[in-house]
Amino acid sequence: MLNYDIVIVGGGPAGLAAAVSAKRNGAESILVLERDKELGGILNQCIHNGFGLHTFKEELTGPEYAQRFIDQLLEENIEYKLNTMVLDISKEKVVTAMNRSEGILEIQAKAVILAMGCRERSRGALNIPGYRPAGVFSAGTAQRLVNMEGYLPGREVVILGSGDIGLIMARRMTLEGAKVKVVAELLPYSGGLKRNIVQCLDDFGIPLKLSHTVVDIKGKERVEGITLAQVDENRRPIPGTEEFYECDTLLLSCGLIPENELSRELGVEMSPVTSGPLVNESLETNVEGVFACGNVLHVHDLVDFVSQEAQAAGKNAAEYVLNGKKEGGKDIPIIATQGARYTVPKTVNPQRMDEKHVVRFRVGDVYKNCYVSVYLDDERIIHRKRPVVAPGEMEQIELKKEQLEAYPDLKEITVKIETE
Amino acid sequence: MEKRELVCIGCPLGCPLTVEIEGTEVVSVTGNTCKRGDVYARKEVTNPTRIVTSSVKVEGGVLAAVSVKTKEDIPKGKIFECVTALKDVCVKAPVAIGDVVLADVAGTGVDVIATKNVIASTS
Amino acid sequence: MFDVVVIGAGVSGSASARELSRYDLKVCVVEMEEDVCCGTSKANSAIVHAGFDAESGSLMAKLNVEGSEMMEELSKELDFHYKRNGSLVVCIHEEERDNLQALYERGVKNGVKDLRIIERDELVKLEPNISDKAVAALYAPTGAIVCPFGMNIALAENAAVNGVEFRFDTKVTGFEKKDDYWVVQTSKGDIETKYVVNAAGVYADVFHNMVSEKKIHITPRRGDYCLLDRSVEGYVTHTIFQLPSKYGKGVLVTPTVHGNTLVGPTAIDIEDKDGTNTTQQGIDELTQKAGETVKNLPIRQVITSFAGLRAHEDGHEFIIEELEDAKGFIDCSGIESPGLSSAPAIGKMVAGIIKDLTGAKEREDFIATRKGILDPKTLSKEEYAALIKEKPEYGNIICRCEMITEGEIMDAINRPLGAKSLDGVKRRTRAGMGRCQAGFCSPRTIEILARERGVDPSEITKSGGESKIIVGINKDNL
Repeated sequence: MLNYDIVIVGGGPAGLAAAVSAKRNGAESILVLERDKELGGILNQCIHNGFGLHTFKEELTGPEYAQRFIDQLLEENIEYKLNTMVLDISKEKVVTAMNRSEGILEIQAKAVILAMGCRERSRGALNIPGYRPAGVFSAGTAQRLVNMEGYLPGREVVILGSGDIGLIMARRMTLEGAKVKVVAELLPYSGGLKRNIVQCLDDFGIPLKLSHTVVDIKGKERVEGITLAQVDENRRPIPGTEEFYECDTLLLSCGLIPENELSRELGVEMSPVTSGPLVNESLETNVEGVFACGNVLHVHDLVDFVSQEAQAAGKNAAEYVLNGKKEGGKDIPIIATQGARYTVPKTVNPQRMDEKHVVRFRVGDVYKNCYVSVYLDDERIIHRKRPVVAPGEMEQIELKKEQLEAYPDLKEITVKIETE
Repeated sequence: MEKRELVCIGCPLGCPLTVEIEGTEVVSVTGNTCKRGDVYARKEVTNPTRIVTSSVKVEGGVLAAVSVKTKEDIPKGKIFECVTALKDVCVKAPVAIGDVVLADVAGTGVDVIATKNVIASTS
Repeated sequence: MFDVVVIGAGVSGSASARELSRYDLKVCVVEMEEDVCCGTSKANSAIVHAGFDAESGSLMAKLNVEGSEMMEELSKELDFHYKRNGSLVVCIHEEERDNLQALYERGVKNGVKDLRIIERDELVKLEPNISDKAVAALYAPTGAIVCPFGMNIALAENAAVNGVEFRFDTKVTGFEKKDDYWVVQTSKGDIETKYVVNAAGVYADVFHNMVSEKKIHITPRRGDYCLLDRSVEGYVTHTIFQLPSKYGKGVLVTPTVHGNTLVGPTAIDIEDKDGTNTTQQGIDELTQKAGETVKNLPIRQVITSFAGLRAHEDGHEFIIEELEDAKGFIDCSGIESPGLSSAPAIGKMVAGIIKDLTGAKEREDFIATRKGILDPKTLSKEEYAALIKEKPEYGNIICRCEMITEGEIMDAINRPLGAKSLDGVKRRTRAGMGRCQAGFCSPRTIEILARERGVDPSEITKSGGESKIIVGINKDNL
């Protein structure tokens, strides 16, 4: 049995930032377990630029952003293992992992940080009817093939889903010589950044069809075409609106799902909204000493926020290892309602929190000229005007310790979107 | 007087912008709700530029390809010329972030540089 | 010259080949696809029917009960997944009880053991998620579930080990009858054989009608299915059928041997013998009908939907016989449900016919057992550690959803009749069968397939033929 203060599951942006932060906050022995052959996680295949404006005040590509954190990890002499899959985490925080050279490893940790990231929703989960030929890829799989292996997965492409990955892949495929015929989006708005719509679609004359979905896939061996149809307000296809597109490839960019199989087996309580763990202000789950950060906790829009969140998780895990569980105070639930879908964290303890605490959330729809409001029981303490909020972008508010402590009988905090 | 319609990329609001151009001069920008829209529109109609990212083949490295980018933004009209110029580029490992992969791509005066470290394979 | 050419490497063809390989016969299986188990055998309910469904006295009833009784032993011999989980035919309308009783009586007549009718109280204890409308059920403890890929592959592999030759990507195009032998014309040349076994699934009528004046007609009857994630394992533990009634036939909800939950099938008669496309209508119908027998169906946990084609012959009966007007041509056609359940008995019957015709002798060197792909998850920690030490590839997880190692994938590729495609690997190891549906592992599996087979990754297909995954290299047409 190996022994470490902190074991971090995942060596992507969250795991890297958490590890560095834990070390800098006093944790002695830290081990990062990464299943891939290199550190950096999904950033390695995100070769487009636009990462790190908040963190480094410059626009980096994914691999460059990852390298900044990898360099920090190396400077801090933090141990890591590559090609290592975590099989199990026990309540006693014994992490079982496996790799080729060492076989099955059992590692006793004082604290565990979950940083496994997320996966893409598959064609099957979307239940798209039709044949099941080759040529249907999740956008991320295609991204890996093109960007890391140099292979073209298709020449004539239709993309379903206009989140940022779908948009980015439209440009990537185009620049590698493929023809992207159309990007379809089920919702009446795109979840992607405006910048990506302009620079990944408009620049290349790729049409974006909102309120459209794929209703049929043709082709018994390789995709030969797909049929798009317009959808009604209940997102059901409208008969008679079908349009056939000849293509050899369908890329799917239809949402990300936090990868919490290990967390569930460990007994971590999950949010049905985020599919990530429910955490307190320390980003600690209901299992003591088990923390979560990054896309395994909730899917982020910008990697900068993943890094920030992970730094907090690393710091909190280090404090837990050094000082044990923080006692006292009362966990106040944060209720997300009226347009706000969820919050991370789910509870905050005024006595144990830092002077300021960032609460992140997402909205369920596009709201224009609205207010982001926060109530302490019935009293509104934040009322911030926003020209627009959209589901594609994470929102955040800041809670102040002194503000919360002024309400000794506080029962709940409410976050909502208001029209006035 | 020429009119150009743009969508602002500054924030999710995506203001529809109308730019009036006289020759090469921007006469007016309307439709924006903040200063960023104005700045974006003026740049986009007079000198639109982009950072181009791609990947090129690597020889003798632990990975088969290395990601690259133009060190600075290049004229939008040069994007395809830029990626085509990268078609036959093959670099030898080791490659470090910032290494010039192709100098002065497509006559833009801008270098294409590596954005990832690729170490040499031992075998 | 072969003694026997079997057309089709589905479960009937493979079971027949395996039984034939017991005898001193030269046997060849020709298959138009790139692998075994590519048609009806790969897309069905994956259950072993107890045998109360088929009409008493029919060949279907006889072979179903026989096959079902042989299955457990066979699964041990050939090392494939089988579980006797029991089945329930649920009655949701009080006035349909007569039908339930009739089904019970038919089952008894067919020789199904341990059948009984249970009341709602007991039913709810067996299946807490049973519909609130359920009033009673026919309980068949001998009903079972099986891995249809595992079974088909095991049969074929064992046949191959015993000397049966398999020719893939070989499409039969016609027959020529010579005096005492047949010439089977294929896309890859002629094959001479004394006997032909027609186990061509939905295509069996095409071949039958080429040689016989007594025409048969097979309708591809499409069944759409939804497969749910293992995260809802235990939602049901028995195979749950709806009692066929004037309200319709209903769909079944069943666990699979690997812990998924399967919902299906629809029954839609089509023309296209390759029409395995699902439709929105079909998927909607499943969800609605499954709700009749169970409650709170976690349909949102769907990880894939698929469709299979049953080879429905107009007479709704298995046709396993030498054709009167085409001597030496043995039909094994009309094999629809309960075909999978009956397969062990079908194989035996086909081999029996040929044995009687040829007087072939049993071989002494027949190898009756086969070891499947080692699943390291079944090992103790010590054994597993020792395995990785000896073969490090077992320490490298490739499919994270099903936790499948590189070692298992290499075994799948390199064993007899090994996997050549992503689907071939999937059906043998379950890599790519999980909740991410190969999003994570497919680039990695392509790499392993290319390496082990010594080909370029661009040659690797999803399922043979034109189903290439990679169509070029970056910028190749710029």
